[in-house]
Amino acid sequence: MKKRFNRRDFLKLTIAGLTATTLPGCSKNADWQDLFRRRFQELTPDEIKGFLERLEERYSKQYGVKIHIKATPPVEGVVFGYALDLSRCIGCRRCVYACVRENNPSRDIEIQWIRVLRLKKGEFDLEKAEHYYSPELVPEDEYFYMPVQCQQCENPPCVKVCPVKATWKEPDGIVVIDYNWCIGCRTCMAACPYRARKFNWNDPVIPKEELNPETHYLGNRPRMKGVVEKCTFCIQRTREGRYPACVEVCPVGARKFGNLLDPESEIRYVLENFRVYRLKEDLKTEPKFFYFFSIGWG
Amino acid sequence: MKKGRNSFYLIIIFVIAYLSICYADEIIKLAQMPAVFDSEFYPCMSCHAGMEVNTNRRYLQFHEEIDIDQHADGVFWCLDCHAPDNRNKLRLINGEHIGFTEVHRLCGQCHGSIYRDWRAGVHGKRTGYWKGTKKYVLCTNCHNPHNPRFRKIKPERSPMKPIQTLR
Repeated sequence: MKKRFNRRDFLKLTIAGLTATTLPGCSKNADWQDLFRRRFQELTPDEIKGFLERLEERYSKQYGVKIHIKATPPVEGVVFGYALDLSRCIGCRRCVYACVRENNPSRDIEIQWIRVLRLKKGEFDLEKAEHYYSPELVPEDEYFYMPVQCQQCENPPCVKVCPVKATWKEPDGIVVIDYNWCIGCRTCMAACPYRARKFNWNDPVIPKEELNPETHYLGNRPRMKGVVEKCTFCIQRTREGRYPACVEVCPVGARKFGNLLDPESEIRYVLENFRVYRLKEDLKTEPKFFYFFSIGWG
Repeated sequence: MKKGRNSFYLIIIFVIAYLSICYADEIIKLAQMPAVFDSEFYPCMSCHAGMEVNTNRRYLQFHEEIDIDQHADGVFWCLDCHAPDNRNKLRLINGEHIGFTEVHRLCGQCHGSIYRDWRAGVHGKRTGYWKGTKKYVLCTNCHNPHNPRFRKIKPERSPMKPIQTLR
């Protein structure tokens, strides 16, 4: 009988061939165990440690700088809140660039996590807001300014739509992204009503000397092509008790940050003493980012 | 004997705790930034000691760079805030002399609601740690007391338009 090369043999050979060619390739580029790891939240502390070490090594090779990656867990009894005083903000964009220096976004194609909107005084029409303004001096007499960044919603639509659960809300209220888990489908960007999420269209371009080597796994570590990123309330700073970079740089002290569960915190003082509002409140996203006018609300 | 020593330590701890509650204000001061103007380094009295105090309200020949009319439309003049008999000090309305590092008490006499917000950390800026040592900034670190309104500043550059990134 003539031996036939049947379908079963064909499949067997194909699979064997594919495995043989891909396996060595994988172990060269990405570590074998990282490719088949579980979700970040399910990893044990030991697994995280090893994982981060391999990542650090890979980053150091890529950028030529020693990069330190932490995975500081959330602090018990802390939920972060943010308040922004619109009657103080002068639209100088110092916060935008402090954020860029801290959080390692791509410089080219440019990604910025804070967008400062310029609105006409007397109106509140977000559709007429302009964020490319560049006058000689700010503030301009006829405008006020409203910086918008990730609002860290209690009910985040971006988390709801993610098909692979690459983004989630941490117990301290920060919505984070696992860049190694993100498939770059950009559904979360469509779902976000605040345009807070940005997409890496190319491999991020960050000059070596501007790279911030102190990073957090879920925060400011360098990203890669095809993943989404956004503001994390400077998770690498705030989980260690420090203020976010934008709060520290603001020349007029318009930005307030603190623990919503601590009655003594600045953020609670703002909530209790000023009339605060949240952006697009009607969408029921429940942001933990509050806007207020400290002057002239009666 | 040993028991007595323990209770002695306990009492000391209670006293320290009590004092730290009473002098919470003093603790805040420790974390403050240095005053912009240092009367020790630049003592006013090195000139003013030999001068007669003239309490007549007038424009000065010296110090002409200070345009005090910018603060509250010319309601004030020098000796409302500077102590007439010791120029190294500031003077509160009740006559108490204070150093330049306590300037917030002087400003707070008129700007009460802002003083209240500042003490809570809401007016002005705090840096450092939201959980831990917060660094205060004094009124005069940001505002020129003789002309307190902020100047306009040059904004940082606007973000690139998408068209600029397509080369």
